Amino acid sequence: MLQRLASLPRSRQIIVWIGLALVLVALPFIDHNDSHFNLLADAGVYVLLALGLNIVVGFAGLLDLGYAAFFAIGSYSYAMLASPQFNIHVPFWVMLFLASGIAAVFGLLLGAPTLRLRGDYLAIVTLGFGEIVPQTFLNLNKYTGGPNGISSLDTPSFFGHPFGFASVPYYYVILALIGVGLFAAYNLRDSRLGRAWMAIREDELAAKHMGINTTTAKLAAFAFGASFSGMAGCIFASKLNLVSPDSFQFSVSVLVLAMLVLGGMGNIPGVIVGSLVLFTVNFIFLPQANNIAASINLHVDFTNYRFFVYGFILVAIMLFKPEGLIPSQQRRAELRAGHAKTEPG
Amino acid sequence: MHGLDAHYGRIQALSGISIRVEESEIVTLIGANGAGKTTTLRAISGLVRPSRGEITFGGRSILRNSPDHTVRAGIGHSPEGRRVFARMSVRENLELGAFTRDAKGEIAGDLAYVLKTFPRLQERLEQKAGTLSGGEQQMLAMGRALMSRPKLLMLDEPSLGLSPLLVATIFAVIKEINARGTTILLVEQNARQALQIAVRGYVLEVGKITHEDSGANLMASPAVQAAYLGGAA
Repeated sequence: MLQRLASLPRSRQIIVWIGLALVLVALPFIDHNDSHFNLLADAGVYVLLALGLNIVVGFAGLLDLGYAAFFAIGSYSYAMLASPQFNIHVPFWVMLFLASGIAAVFGLLLGAPTLRLRGDYLAIVTLGFGEIVPQTFLNLNKYTGGPNGISSLDTPSFFGHPFGFASVPYYYVILALIGVGLFAAYNLRDSRLGRAWMAIREDELAAKHMGINTTTAKLAAFAFGASFSGMAGCIFASKLNLVSPDSFQFSVSVLVLAMLVLGGMGNIPGVIVGSLVLFTVNFIFLPQANNIAASINLHVDFTNYRFFVYGFILVAIMLFKPEGLIPSQQRRAELRAGHAKTEPG
Repeated sequence: MHGLDAHYGRIQALSGISIRVEESEIVTLIGANGAGKTTTLRAISGLVRPSRGEITFGGRSILRNSPDHTVRAGIGHSPEGRRVFARMSVRENLELGAFTRDAKGEIAGDLAYVLKTFPRLQERLEQKAGTLSGGEQQMLAMGRALMSRPKLLMLDEPSLGLSPLLVATIFAVIKEINARGTTILLVEQNARQALQIAVRGYVLEVGKITHEDSGANLMASPAVQAAYLGGAA
């Protein structure tokens, strides 16, 4: 069914998106359990992260293993510029854009030295970046509160109404951001830049022969990808009301990447489904699994088997559906054709 | 281009190469494997930065141009080994060839021209490029380079790995493209075919130009015959 959805014509897809949006907007009026929206808001943060990483990995084919770094940068931007930490109180709405801008700048900083790298080598450098950033926040005690992080961040307010402790306002903000993110992702994909990314993903040297400026295209991919992550970080920090360096470990980068692989790299609806599925597994199913186990007097902490479950799901998908739950047309062709050769005479 | 040196790391690939291509000529650059033919084309394209020398195109220096500027300046480059986008359709490949251009009407016209030049591509327009035969892929690589509407088209070993019949077809098309006003710089190992259609030719040996003459004279030269034409002196 999902695949049929993905192959619908553009206008129909837009109708599906709008219908889905209306349901999601109406949801808080029907369901008054705030904890549901707490979970949905958190899931939304991951959707936003996955949409951003999809630009870098799915569209441009640049394997980024340190994506959590930009998430950290977005979160710390909010924490440092909207809290008593330095007594700076930039409004939340301004910070959304500022944090994504700051993350985009760091995206460029990471992108610049890696322009000549591809595949495995790029992955290693981005991995390093992903380790350096949280470590830096951990060690800059004076500015970041070190291992304790920064707490009592400013609560966002909407025309003078503070968000308070309810999750629904955050839920709405994230919904809106996902809407903007979707619009941006679709337009980027179909833009000139999007075509340049696909060409680079296919064959970087051939892309250069086409007159594509691969330097700017790759930098743009890093910057756009990071900007999504910065925005996600900003709302994540404000919702949690604190930041600490251990929220941005390597496992976050892996989780988001796994969401892409699971859903179908490069395909926007696929990426969303993938992130929701893995979020459910990680933050709903696994904690719940503990309760279930406890109820039958089996005291096992299933959270410790998180990576085992990932691994299992990923291996299963790679075996049965190597192109992801909803693959992009192109990816499907890539995998179905096996290793199509370009050279034979 | 004049007095060009190029290095890969500390290894000198070209030393003091000078070649000249006049408007609407077919000029060929022949030589053995590793002589520096591909490097020469890459230096012109801006894919390899020469360490010394000068490259001018239409009276302006393009030495410091990045590859995208070279394409915009009017130099199309059909790369060594074809390098078609295997997982994209023939149409998408050709559209990417026109990446640097904006005028939709002109692009559509050029697409029609390319498809008329290579009728096989018309038949396979929606097929994935990776499923084409070697000869068809070569046609696609050339057609794709033509889509940038180049003044100078550089072809890197278009006959590589093709059957003699296909080689003849490809060379006929090269002449045809040239007859419509596109200047051609042809790099070949297939010296006989290349010299037959070229106005002038250069022989490249381990990074140096050793012979330079008209195509016919080079064909007749005993040294060239011995080295590149199967020694039929």
